[in-house]
Amino acid sequence: MRLKFFLIIICLILISLFACSNEEQNQDEAQRSTPEIPSITIMTHDSFSVSKKVVSLFEAKFHAKMVILKSGDAGEALNKAILSKNNPLADIFYGVDNTFLSRALGAQMFVAYAPSNLDSVDTLLKLDPENRLVPVDFGDVCLNYDIKWFKDNNKLPPAMLEDLIKPEFKGLTVVENPATSSPGLAFLLATISRFGQEGYIDYWQKLKANEVLITNGWKEAYWGKFTAASEGDKPIVVSYASSPAAEVFFSETKLTQAPTGVVVENGSAFRQIEFAGILKGSSKLTLAKKTMDFILSKEFQEDIPLQMFVFPANKEAALPEVFKKHARITKEPAILDPLLIDTKRDTWIREWTEKLL
Amino acid sequence: MDRKITLIKKRTYIHPYALAGLVPACFLLFFYFYPLSGIFLKSFFQNGKIDLFFLDQVFASTRMIKIIWFTFWQAGLSTLLTLICALPCAFVLSHYSFKSKKIIKLLASIPFVLPAVVVAAALQACFGKNGFFFGVKIEHPLVLIFMAHVFYNFSIMLRIITGFWSSLQGRIREAAMVLGASPVQVFLTITLPLLKPAIFAASILVFIFCFSSFGIILILGGPSFSTIEVEIYRQAAHLFNLPLASFLSLIQIGFTFALMWIYTSFTKRAARFAPDAEKANLKKAVFLWEKMMIAGVIIFILLLCVVPLMALVMKSLVYKGQVSLIFYKALFENVSDSIFYIPPFHAIKYSFLFAGTALVIAVITGVCAALFIRFCDRKIDNRWTSFFDPIFMLPLSTSAVTLGFGIIITLDKPPLNLRTSIFLIPIAHALVGFPFVVRAILPAIRSIPEHLTDASSLLGASPLKIFRYIDLPLMSKSLVAAAIFAFTISLGEFGATIFTARPETPTIPIAIYRFLGQPGAMNYGQAMAISAILMVVTAIGFVVIENFRKENSEGF
Repeated sequence: MRLKFFLIIICLILISLFACSNEEQNQDEAQRSTPEIPSITIMTHDSFSVSKKVVSLFEAKFHAKMVILKSGDAGEALNKAILSKNNPLADIFYGVDNTFLSRALGAQMFVAYAPSNLDSVDTLLKLDPENRLVPVDFGDVCLNYDIKWFKDNNKLPPAMLEDLIKPEFKGLTVVENPATSSPGLAFLLATISRFGQEGYIDYWQKLKANEVLITNGWKEAYWGKFTAASEGDKPIVVSYASSPAAEVFFSETKLTQAPTGVVVENGSAFRQIEFAGILKGSSKLTLAKKTMDFILSKEFQEDIPLQMFVFPANKEAALPEVFKKHARITKEPAILDPLLIDTKRDTWIREWTEKLL
Repeated sequence: MDRKITLIKKRTYIHPYALAGLVPACFLLFFYFYPLSGIFLKSFFQNGKIDLFFLDQVFASTRMIKIIWFTFWQAGLSTLLTLICALPCAFVLSHYSFKSKKIIKLLASIPFVLPAVVVAAALQACFGKNGFFFGVKIEHPLVLIFMAHVFYNFSIMLRIITGFWSSLQGRIREAAMVLGASPVQVFLTITLPLLKPAIFAASILVFIFCFSSFGIILILGGPSFSTIEVEIYRQAAHLFNLPLASFLSLIQIGFTFALMWIYTSFTKRAARFAPDAEKANLKKAVFLWEKMMIAGVIIFILLLCVVPLMALVMKSLVYKGQVSLIFYKALFENVSDSIFYIPPFHAIKYSFLFAGTALVIAVITGVCAALFIRFCDRKIDNRWTSFFDPIFMLPLSTSAVTLGFGIIITLDKPPLNLRTSIFLIPIAHALVGFPFVVRAILPAIRSIPEHLTDASSLLGASPLKIFRYIDLPLMSKSLVAAAIFAFTISLGEFGATIFTARPETPTIPIAIYRFLGQPGAMNYGQAMAISAILMVVTAIGFVVIENFRKENSEGF
């Protein structure tokens, strides 16, 4: 009796599974049996997003399907792409940032191609002269602060990195661990750019003396410790310059003023640039090139801000209202050479870890 | 006559239970050892020669030694604390019947499915700045880590020990009582030794689970506390230092194997007893002290498991100081028209589908593995047991990043081209659930007296029949616990590190992570709302699994 029941349940589950997988297979077969509908696969990180409208536009324009593979966070996704370079999982990789740029280029797994819209991209963003990886979006990592907290406590918010080590900012800041978090690493690089390779540790030790809190990831810092977003008690957090725009966009009552402010001037914001490129070994090179054109086209670029809360690389792409009002682009971001970042990253992180933890 | 005997001998030579060992063996071989050996070979033999520079990095750095030491002692202490919390509760749950028992057991198991980031939010809601836990404020990362580990693993201990304890024969204890032994004497000299297999099994499981703890340490521990698992992730995902990551993975695997080897050698002579019906053992509370004990256990479990869960539900229901369903409503809207928008019912459907499939895979391979281990125990040399038993535990303590990288480089050719397949998801979940299943049913399956199966075999029952009429009924209780573990592990597994996900098949934890990925009050509220839904979905799953057994337990 019991065995029968057990078997029935197993059968039911297996049947439902097969029904499900058949669906999958049918889709696959449909793709295979109709060669006029090819598909292009984009491998990317977990934070990638795109709107339905843009995807259907792509599919209508090129008579091709867009398949997206998410492969973990930015570092993990890139490493998976590097590991599979002899037998790539996708045609295009989207989302190598400038801190990983030289590792990605060193793996020699991208095909050089200059998309048709590349001229509309700011030359400052173009870091690979051979165009194996082209810039697609960028965002500034900087200090965010809780406007209300500073008002309530009759204090002035910080204006630059140096402010954080002043006594009046004691115990107010939460930052992320550069070893486990990408905004954390960007912030470390901002301090290195500002205080130099000799001076940055000194700055961090003063920060530590000023009771800075360090968390492992952005989620824990923002959702766990930041006064504007959680029950935490730190009114200053390391986040993105576009975070206030997201705060406004994702609020039910449609706030007119962002609850948070950003510190971007005086070289205190580090620019993270994301790149995309065609993976070597892609069997659909022509279509992949068209897709790269599409990624830099106005349609795709104008979709980026509200999907991923970063800025489009194409200068001609219009920004949405909420970005114009609440997100800021700094004129003088902190900049470091990608090659220098790649060669020194491990050393800096190790030094930082040993001195700070 | 002689000929006939040899014939029988020949036929019994390949025992079906020995064949059963092939199922877990193949499963692990294809989805575990093959990918792992692939990534190890690639990391250690770069450019055709062995490069051992990473050894310096391990042994020259005090930080690495500290990490290894911390990993050990936090796991040990977490296990001990969990055992202290679970043992009294298991006693009450296995001896007394009371009204709210079922629901208490159910509530105690829910924490297990929650993603670490949600548990952190729950603990913070309780003990943070405005925490509503009687004004108690706890911020020390170590305390939070231990609380979270107990919160997570309490149900593992509780379920395994209760399942075993309630099938312990009462007669020996009664006999001892009649002969004048005090309750303490009875407990120390009879119950505890009999209970040892279950306590050890549960403890070893919790220890290994905490030993390879990842999310909790990463989120609650902050950067000052790091386990080997966290360090592997850091080295592999961010620094791309594969040799070091692989070496640390090997340390983890090697240690788990050694620990399990000691454990299996230690418990070679498992206690044997005749299992009894559950109902005969259960009694109603009569005396005041008994009632108080039950009340105490209920309050304890409510405080430990339910208060943090309630805090989460409250967070999902309160918007600007007022009770509101706004976050739940928002789940059904795709504000930014993203193709990655996850409709809640979609997420529930796929969560159930994957969890159900993972459950079936894990239970089938787990039962086969347990039968095989018992077969090794009894029919062949014990040494094989001490080899296979540890092997079956390895997936539990293997770094997800390492395994994920291994899958990428090895499972890339037909017929095993699974890198982006939908099947990889339940398989990866089952891989983690499988050791739980083995540990949960092995004590029960070992305690089935050998003479029972021998007798039925002598009377002409085929091994399959013996399994169906003797083994299966006698282990059904543990089997339910096992199924629940496999199910919950799959439901709560975020696991993007293992497989390359196609966003068309989202699960609830993936939805939670998606919401928490971007700033904005609505995102946070929706993450809490979908966490609350995850709890409800889990509870429904538990009820289904539990009832599935109950309906069929009359023939006991």
